[in-house]
Amino acid sequence: MSKRTIVPIGPYHALQEEPEFFKLHVEGEIVVHLDIELGYNHRGIEKLSESKDFEETIFLVERICGICSTSHPLACVQAVEDAGNIVVPERALFIRSAVGELERIHSHLLWLGLAGHFIGFNTIWMWAWRFREEVLNILELISGNRNHYGMMKPGGVRRDINKTDIPAVRGLLDKLQDPIKLFRDAVIEDPLIHARTKGIGVLTPELAVAYGALGPTARASGIGIDVRRDHPHAAYEMLDFDVVTCENGDVFDKAVVRILEMFESIRIIEQCLTQLETVKGPVDSDPKCVPPGEGVGVYEAPRGEVFHYVRSDGSNRPVRHKVRAPSFMNVPTNRETVLGGTVADATIILAAVDPCYCCTERMAVAVDSPGGDELWGTRDLIRLSCEKTDRLMKETGWTGPRPPENLFDNR
Amino acid sequence: MGIDNIITRISEGLGDNLLSLKQKSTRRVYINIPPAAVRQTSRLMLETLAARFQIATGVDTREGIEVMYHWALDGDDLVVTICTMVGHEKPELDSIALFCVAAEWIEREMWELLGIHFRDHPDLRHLLLADDWPEGKYPLRHDYQRSSDEVKA
Repeated sequence: MSKRTIVPIGPYHALQEEPEFFKLHVEGEIVVHLDIELGYNHRGIEKLSESKDFEETIFLVERICGICSTSHPLACVQAVEDAGNIVVPERALFIRSAVGELERIHSHLLWLGLAGHFIGFNTIWMWAWRFREEVLNILELISGNRNHYGMMKPGGVRRDINKTDIPAVRGLLDKLQDPIKLFRDAVIEDPLIHARTKGIGVLTPELAVAYGALGPTARASGIGIDVRRDHPHAAYEMLDFDVVTCENGDVFDKAVVRILEMFESIRIIEQCLTQLETVKGPVDSDPKCVPPGEGVGVYEAPRGEVFHYVRSDGSNRPVRHKVRAPSFMNVPTNRETVLGGTVADATIILAAVDPCYCCTERMAVAVDSPGGDELWGTRDLIRLSCEKTDRLMKETGWTGPRPPENLFDNR
Repeated sequence: MGIDNIITRISEGLGDNLLSLKQKSTRRVYINIPPAAVRQTSRLMLETLAARFQIATGVDTREGIEVMYHWALDGDDLVVTICTMVGHEKPELDSIALFCVAAEWIEREMWELLGIHFRDHPDLRHLLLADDWPEGKYPLRHDYQRSSDEVKA
């Protein structure tokens, strides 16, 4: 009998900056069992939500995740609206869908970059994240924020999309078509990606159903669950889009589903913008209270169905607020998909369900609005850095080597 | 299948175990059952109606701990919520994880956060809380009070 060894991945995951603990039981190089431990990041959001009023709850759930920062609020407001039979103006529904789809594109690009990084294909990572910036720019234009948009509220949305902004949004959206086509061709035709992902980490349709897998994880196995179509919410009933499915359930198909979904998202956003040019009216029905009752809200987040349950006793706070993120259903499928694979494949298999984490760091560059000049450009920052080095050298009396003066001249 | 057809099949399948049924809207149905019928009802939803297990929710109320099983019927745009009430004294339910593996984690979560024991659960241990979490302290109960022994750094 061969000897069984445990290979720990976590609690500080070597690749994903999120604490979760995978205990890989291996015999030789083959994974024979997986034990998943969670809870390193448990913040007690559900309990906390019971002490917030309905408006504050939305801001709280927005901070569950930095990537799904529209999915949780949208599912939550829909649960509140279901509990209180609150009507939402049509214009607000289109804005909800548009913002939700923009989030889907940036989330899928983020995953694609990480997946490339996990298999050692860092060019994909750099390029995917470079074009993800364009999506964040659109979201900044619409909401004022790159992440955590603060758009959702019971009864509507907090900000309208101005008619004057629509051409700019369209312009930025057009710029996305070519990069996504590039990724599609790069992934579908690249022999290296084929070698690392085809037939790896297969989730059969039967297992996808048994585990209640959701989103791209289920759709890659041929299970066409998409609550945008099956349980229509926001404006999805009035929009034309296809639910993308594949058949093999391997890592490759999960990537293909996500890439093809980005084209559908662009289609949806374009339809929303067209509607927003004509559909008039308020974007908020401004409900004053939530009557006693209970409600369920679902939204198709980038990773699958987000589920919120809210119970109200007529006061301004929820009595109970249940949150179920799609990863809660998707991560257990890893127990099946890693079996029989090698340790080297386990990293990409565990990442293929797109367990989510937050990344919002960036550098700000202020732009002079009349002239469009960067007030603080790269060159200025390098100059500041050099000045600081000079000052420190003077203070400490250190006389080490310095980078050549012209190193950054062509930047 | 149609919502009326679904309601008829659930009513016939449950018989006397159907305590009450409320159709809140064309998309939401709430059903009350006794605790002993949880396994039978879940099998009915999963195997006869091919519903998708979304999640379960536990609520601490004055009368007892209410447990809700949310089932989605994707073809009919319908969410059926099966509710049951267990007493505060010795909250116990039959586990459905043996035939519905999707429920395994949420039963572990309800066990540690609300203190409901799930009979015949294949792997009933802590999911979110630490392994050395003090016994008998359930954060989602209303009588829960934080104390220093939960935080051991």
